[in-house]
Amino acid sequence: MYKVKVYVTLRESVLDPQGTAVKGALHSLSYTEVQDVRIGKFMELIVAKSERDINKLVREMCEKLLANTVIEDYRYEIEEVVVQ
Amino acid sequence: MKFAVIVFPGSHCDVDMYHAIADELGEEAEYVWHDAANLDRFDAILLPGGFSYGDYLRSGAIARFSNVMNAVQKAADEGKPILGVCNGFQILLEAGLLPGAMRRNNSLKFICRPVSLKVENNETMFTSAYKQGEVITIPIAHGEGNYYCDEQTLKRLMENRQIVFRYHGENPNGSLDGIAGIVNEKGNVLGMMPHPERAVDPLLGSADGLRLFQSIVKYWRETHAVTA
Repeated sequence: MYKVKVYVTLRESVLDPQGTAVKGALHSLSYTEVQDVRIGKFMELIVAKSERDINKLVREMCEKLLANTVIEDYRYEIEEVVVQ
Repeated sequence: MKFAVIVFPGSHCDVDMYHAIADELGEEAEYVWHDAANLDRFDAILLPGGFSYGDYLRSGAIARFSNVMNAVQKAADEGKPILGVCNGFQILLEAGLLPGAMRRNNSLKFICRPVSLKVENNETMFTSAYKQGEVITIPIAHGEGNYYCDEQTLKRLMENRQIVFRYHGENPNGSLDGIAGIVNEKGNVLGMMPHPERAVDPLLGSADGLRLFQSIVKYWRETHAVTA
């Protein structure tokens, strides 16, 4: 069994209106050191082992559904876990 | 002429769309559930607004994998008119039937009010009843209508005259180049954030949207008169 953590954020080249608003709020709380905020999504998948390659599988899922690569970047971490 | 109004779980402009076709336009309309496999008996396909699948993950991201979308793809390939409004536009983008993607409105607010639109191309099957450059009033109602595409795509959209509507005057949502509606390269798939089906009678505040549907009927009559 695998635990897969997928992180999806807007691409660097795409303005993130939520991140910009949160950055403004942090500045007004006097955290003026904050230079940039990007808001994204975190997804945790539990995936059973199969004959299919887990890396390939996760990449496909990200490209097809979990991220919209026109505006979003994704990265993921795969961790092998023991079934309880 | 027979219009299909596709209904996804969470669609909510389907009734307005049906009303616009059946009562205002006087053509045939039929609701089609998202699991339908075949749309061959329809002359045009309408993807209404709403919040299909609760807008989970991204607007339109889950609806685009509905069974009916295979049939929509087929109808698009056959050159039938396909109109996606609001969430319908978002679904067409996610499905890759139109280029680009939607971001949250730059104000982060859901905006629901009439806006001015400029008809940028009246030589499409959806806009022939408008004058080139005409300014019309149609309501918008969305939280994610901030259109985005990369520079190359934008250049292509402009070269092919695929930008059909732009916001006139103020840009309500931050949309790239003021884009409010685009067609595919072939010209038979239109996606737009404003709701023409909510502007089909002066009682609703504007009847400017009705001419969009009348354009589709005119196109259909002309292309079918040849074979009749």
